[in-house]
Amino acid sequence: MTYHERFDKRAFDEMRPMSAKVGIVPRADGSAMFQIGKTIAYATVYGPRDLHPKFMQNPMTGILRVNYNMMPFSGHGERVRPGGGRRSKEISMVIQNALLPVLNLKDYPNAVVDVFIELPQTDAGTRCAAITAAAMALADAGLEMKDLVAAVAAGRVEDKIVMDLNYLEDSHEDGCDIPVAVMPSSGKITLLQMDGEISPAMLKEAISKARDACKKIYEVQKQALKARFLQL
Amino acid sequence: MYQELKAHVLKCLNKGVRYDGRKPLEFRPISIEYGVSASAEGSARVRIGGTEVIAGVKMETATPYPDTPNQGNLMVNVELLPMSNPKFETGPPGQQANEIARVVDRGIRESKCISVHDLVIKPGELVWGVNIDVCSLNDEGNLQDACALAAIAALKDARLPKVTEHDEVDYDAPKTDQKLPLARLPVEVTVIKVGDQFFVDPLSDEEMAIEARLTVGVTEKGTVCALQKGAEAPLSLEDLEKMVDIAVKIAPTLRNAL
Repeated sequence: MTYHERFDKRAFDEMRPMSAKVGIVPRADGSAMFQIGKTIAYATVYGPRDLHPKFMQNPMTGILRVNYNMMPFSGHGERVRPGGGRRSKEISMVIQNALLPVLNLKDYPNAVVDVFIELPQTDAGTRCAAITAAAMALADAGLEMKDLVAAVAAGRVEDKIVMDLNYLEDSHEDGCDIPVAVMPSSGKITLLQMDGEISPAMLKEAISKARDACKKIYEVQKQALKARFLQL
Repeated sequence: MYQELKAHVLKCLNKGVRYDGRKPLEFRPISIEYGVSASAEGSARVRIGGTEVIAGVKMETATPYPDTPNQGNLMVNVELLPMSNPKFETGPPGQQANEIARVVDRGIRESKCISVHDLVIKPGELVWGVNIDVCSLNDEGNLQDACALAAIAALKDARLPKVTEHDEVDYDAPKTDQKLPLARLPVEVTVIKVGDQFFVDPLSDEEMAIEARLTVGVTEKGTVCALQKGAEAPLSLEDLEKMVDIAVKIAPTLRNAL
């Protein structure tokens, strides 16, 4: 089967329109919004702050704690029951692992940096939008960082490698979804998942294209951060 | 610490000023943005000063409850997200979120803003379930009034989804043009009492000094459709009268923002 043209007419490696804003939640220590197509992610950072319960504390370093949540009305289809399930727990964990490599929390023993991610509307690629927003929020909170993290959902639809899948492509029966998070400066990968079937050659191509796509996202992140601090 | 804060708030109020230079019975600027979530059947973002909440309406078809075969289902839920205030935690709604949700629900239900009888598709068999979820994004005080306003705004924005021949909602199809039948537009105003002073639209710091509060649901006719007294201090009859009067007088300011 040949995928001649994308459902929304984009080029195969073209991402949906992006926008980003830093400092959207004044009450938080750091915050940012990232929109790609119809997917919107808000991320806020609180901390470093005291960590309870105490048994979670690490006297050697501060820890990162991520909470990913879809607003009840943000899903495609029925209302998403609040409280989160196995899916959001797993996504929170992989996002945590995707962000941790750029942070240095050694100066904050026993403390926690909380990242709260909320999605008011979604059209696939939520964990990637969440990571992209969270990285900006961490920078906005003034934490020491080696790099930012940018993420994109790469994938395969029929015979084509595509970037930034929307819901129709994501749920296409002959395809696969490969979320990739990258530290743009070093090019190293901090999140990689996949579901579906793909040849090793195509997988390689998808990941390499995702790295290029993340560079474009990185530019959007940098611009939003600069805009925030020019405004101050 | 609260005692000092309270003394300070009171001192300011006695001079007729607030932290941010407002008069005691003055609201911060209110703005409403509609259609902020494409995934919802209706949605709105409400800002009262720095406080920001977003509400979404999700509609579903359901079988009516056996004891109310000719009534649709209306549900209001409030999520005080941990992103909006460092004191809020993840997990099931706490006391504050539960109270706000119940008071917002009361204002909508008891004003007959949405008549549950209008939500019937096939009597005894099929009705609309209207789920309103309000999420806080940034808490700088007065979440109660902001949530109530956002819930009404989201209902106003809602369009009915298409229903398939199997009586299920077709979420893939574009929404219809049909609005929800809103008979009234109730708004809620919370009046605060500290010492012998009254004020509205508290900031977060001022909320810590609250001795008593009264949330009043007000319809456009100026009638009262919901009440909730909160906090510890008792209120005299004169206090109550004053507080209801204040709420009724201020309600149009909020309704005009819709």
